[in-house]
Amino acid sequence: MKPDIKPEDRLRIARQFISVLPQAQDIGMSLEDVGPGWVALAVEYDPRLAADAATGETHNGVIATLLDTAGGAAVITHPDSGLSTATLDLRIDYLRPAARGARLHARAECHILGRSTAHVRAVAFTGAIDQPVAIANGVFTIEREWRE
Amino acid sequence: MSVHKIEPSEVLEARRDAALAGLAGAAPYSGHMGFAFFRQGDEITGHLPYARRLIGNPVIPALHGGVTAAFIEIVAATELVWRDVWEAVAVPGPAADAIAAGRFPALPRTLDFTVHYFRAGQPRDSHARARVNRRGRRFASVEVDVWQDSRDRPIARGFGHFMLAG
Repeated sequence: MKPDIKPEDRLRIARQFISVLPQAQDIGMSLEDVGPGWVALAVEYDPRLAADAATGETHNGVIATLLDTAGGAAVITHPDSGLSTATLDLRIDYLRPAARGARLHARAECHILGRSTAHVRAVAFTGAIDQPVAIANGVFTIEREWRE
Repeated sequence: MSVHKIEPSEVLEARRDAALAGLAGAAPYSGHMGFAFFRQGDEITGHLPYARRLIGNPVIPALHGGVTAAFIEIVAATELVWRDVWEAVAVPGPAADAIAAGRFPALPRTLDFTVHYFRAGQPRDSHARARVNRRGRRFASVEVDVWQDSRDRPIARGFGHFMLAG
């Protein structure tokens, strides 16, 4: 996205980006905030996405999908980004469970952006951001031309 | 002298299939996503039937990378527990009854995992197979390949560490 883009337009474009991803819709993901090279996303609590019906804790797969989506969105919103992006690798450390009933948040930032690759760090949390449920680092590709 | 009663093969195989189906469907999330397993003897292979809602990039279209990551984690964790379930259902008795009642051993806790993405997941079925590189007393290190049309052309490979339940 261009650096001179208005904040409300950036929000609208990023929200549009999330809304067309079927899997993001399927698990109830939404955009909370966005800036140049960073996004904040959330997933509403849904018992159908639990790891265990007894504990009700949200499955790690939901956390992985949220972090991967946030990473890609952070790359796309970077002022020097290309047309699209794909995940090259993603590493996730799981630190604590995501409790029953808790809305899951993620914040991702694209802290290094080159011509062909972008580096992202992301954090998922349910309460305070400094008590994360998971942290992630990823390398994403930058597509600067449309290819078949 | 105890008389060892030979159990009909189909009874044993049905109990093994039921145990695997129960284990695979224990997490509500797995049911929602459609994660399933095939079995040949004691070898299990994860199966993810294609569904439109699994798409992450609608332009290409490609499976969501998070779905691939989730599939890898579930196949790795299931592989670790399956060994214990397999032994529990080997003969009729209290251990097999517990499994039949849905009381599975606790899944290992995922400490971390890394996914390397090799190519975009096409809008078709995916398969995954785990290999336990090391299983210690407390920790296990597992590797998972995910493929679609050909096992020789994996779409992703994951490496994870798990903490085994008590």
